[in-house]
Amino acid sequence: MIPELGHFALVLAVVAAVAQTVFGLVGPTGARAHWLAAVRPAALAQFLLTSLSLGTLVYAFVQNDFSVEYVAANSNTALPVGYRIAAVWGAHEGSLLLWAWMLCAWTLAVAALSRSLPDAFAGRVLGVLGIVSIGFLLFTLVTSNPFVRLDPPAPDGRDLNPLLQDPALAAHPPMLYAGYVGLSVAFAFACAAMIEGRLDQTWARWTRPWTTVAWAFLTVGIALGSWWAYYELGWGGYWFWDPVENASFMPWLVATALIHSLAVTEKRGLFKSWTLLLAILAFSLSLLGTFLVRSGVLVSVHSFAADPTRGLFILAFLVVIVGGALALYAWRAPLLRSEAGFEFTSRESFLLFNNILLVVAAAAVFAGTMAPLISDSLGLGTLSVGSQYFDPVFLLPTLPLLALAAVGLHASWKRGRLSARRGAILTTLAIAVVLTFALVFGAWSGAKALTPVGFALGLWLIGSALVDPIDRIRRRLSMTPAVIGMALAHAALGVFVVSVTAVESYTRERDLALAVGESGKVGEYEYRLTGLEMREGPNYDALRGEIVVSEGGRQIGLLHPEKRSYWVQRQQMTEAGIDMQPTRDIFAALGEDLGAGRWSVRAQVRPLINYVWLAALLMAIGGVVAAFDRRYRREAPDARARDGEGA
Amino acid sequence: MTPRQRRLALVAGILAGVSVAALLAMRAFQDNVMFFFDPSQVASGEAPVDKRFRLGGMVRPGTVQRTPGSLEMRFVVTDFKRDVPVRYEGVVPDLFRENQGVVAHGRLGRDGTFVADEILAKHDENYMPPEVAKAIKEKHGGVMPVNPDHKAVPRT
Repeated sequence: MIPELGHFALVLAVVAAVAQTVFGLVGPTGARAHWLAAVRPAALAQFLLTSLSLGTLVYAFVQNDFSVEYVAANSNTALPVGYRIAAVWGAHEGSLLLWAWMLCAWTLAVAALSRSLPDAFAGRVLGVLGIVSIGFLLFTLVTSNPFVRLDPPAPDGRDLNPLLQDPALAAHPPMLYAGYVGLSVAFAFACAAMIEGRLDQTWARWTRPWTTVAWAFLTVGIALGSWWAYYELGWGGYWFWDPVENASFMPWLVATALIHSLAVTEKRGLFKSWTLLLAILAFSLSLLGTFLVRSGVLVSVHSFAADPTRGLFILAFLVVIVGGALALYAWRAPLLRSEAGFEFTSRESFLLFNNILLVVAAAAVFAGTMAPLISDSLGLGTLSVGSQYFDPVFLLPTLPLLALAAVGLHASWKRGRLSARRGAILTTLAIAVVLTFALVFGAWSGAKALTPVGFALGLWLIGSALVDPIDRIRRRLSMTPAVIGMALAHAALGVFVVSVTAVESYTRERDLALAVGESGKVGEYEYRLTGLEMREGPNYDALRGEIVVSEGGRQIGLLHPEKRSYWVQRQQMTEAGIDMQPTRDIFAALGEDLGAGRWSVRAQVRPLINYVWLAALLMAIGGVVAAFDRRYRREAPDARARDGEGA
Repeated sequence: MTPRQRRLALVAGILAGVSVAALLAMRAFQDNVMFFFDPSQVASGEAPVDKRFRLGGMVRPGTVQRTPGSLEMRFVVTDFKRDVPVRYEGVVPDLFRENQGVVAHGRLGRDGTFVADEILAKHDENYMPPEVAKAIKEKHGGVMPVNPDHKAVPRT
């Protein structure tokens, strides 16, 4: 009975979404102005109904209701309760429901915080969000209903894929989806502006905090996925250009361009149509990401349950949404002229180059991700594109991007002349170069060609990001959240670049064959297998190794890698042993029994790798801090009381 | 320069930059893309000898051999029509086993042995790399060979 209630609530949610769309889009056209009053209640109803629906599914998981097929396929009585809840989005059907719920939550937040907006505009924004919502709710109901019953009920469930039984991965989909879906708000604002044919600086001020918060979620979501792949898949790195990673990275790159372009539109009223195009593009890439992951066209670890009809539905939906928005753009964008001009060395032009380079980087990733699909579907052969393509093609636009960012952080708006800031630029650069030499010749020895470039750029960025706040403190000027957030996010980018450079330059890795008591060399490190024992977990058996790692005869780490065998799915899983230290990660994963008492061991030492994810987290925090700047709330006294919902 | 000329120069600069980037990307693409071949294609000489490629198929039962205590191993990849011997040194993924789909990255040696530097077997019991499934399906006239110990779970 309870699952049917959830199913029925979902059907009613579609009705509410239709109401929200019709009231929102038809209301402002004149004759039916009073319809607008019904838009917000419709959004609230839709949120409540979707929440009820999601709630019943969570309930079914917690209660081990194996008469629901989706529960039977993805849970088990031996599964801890926390993972039973996470199992709700452990597969396709539930993750779509989560997507739809996220959209309703964002919609509700927009409805609640948009009272300061003109009614007609807010109605149109909510109307466009309603269209997106109808699409996703129908998609869930028609192709991937999570409430389908199993008759007779299964005695026990097939269990959640053991790979997904992990805290970081339990949080990864909600974060990622919050980001994907959050970009729909910028998209809806853009569509509403185009429908009205009016786009001013106030528009950009409304759109900015939403976009930045969505971007922050996306950043955290991507970082969590990357961290999980590092320690759970035992891949041992932070990024693999896996198609599904790329699917989330492309919207991130474009969203990053968008938040910078919005800054220009807000401050100077420039780049209007470009900003609109980026808003459309960012959300389109989110939808494309969902399509790529969920249709199963990609060969990847993520494509667990693939189904072509679902892919077709999302593709059709993608065409409608993106095609519609682009048609609207072609029709309306010429109305939106920017009048002001700017100097070549002003902040505007640095942000223009930022945008171009980010979009070029996104295009390069797009080409590499889509090429195998296109080649295969045209019968040109099955090919794969790996890091040999992505690494150089991605670095090509991003290295100049980092240099320009380091200089651009010093530039001021409009008539900015860099000569006035030459001192600060050169000082930060000089400090960065000196520290780079210290790192390359002191802390670590040896380097690859790009090592000094990476260190110098990263350090220069950190320095440049901190110049403005330090200057303000010295001159006893006020520190706004916008200033703090921006400095934090850009300094974090610098930390990211430095840590990535260290990982790429100084990683030591080797596969070893070790018996208990034997040792092997990995660069300057020695790995010694000192023990192997059997151990039992809550729902698995494990073979646990003990490895002592030493450098120059001194013990620097003790690792306990495991080889787990899960009872229900009988799946073998590698649980890497990682010793996290402030300056490096010492890593070992058990391979297989090689005979003669030996086991294969994947041994790696990676300097600074944790700062890669820490930097991503700092970037996201910077974004959230900046999004809560007072000026976004100045014209919205009403909204201040409830701004908790906006995040 | 008038504003108009400046804008023109800017657009020209951007266009030039983008074209250079596109050109370089295309070169990187041509040099670094890896093609997929199945054992029959390798046997008929379609696969390149000097270039890395992806070899996909099933691990033929009873062919996995290890030098005891070392990371060296040999096995045979088959599409049930032709076989290709593979040599590899390193750790294989958890789901690498006989009678399962596998994709190997590497080069074809002069003796006809494929020297792999990377072995992929994805993290799913029922996983068969789609390209492998397709290649095998074509060889068998649309009928997939059934894996005997594959536990089928009904999905209604």
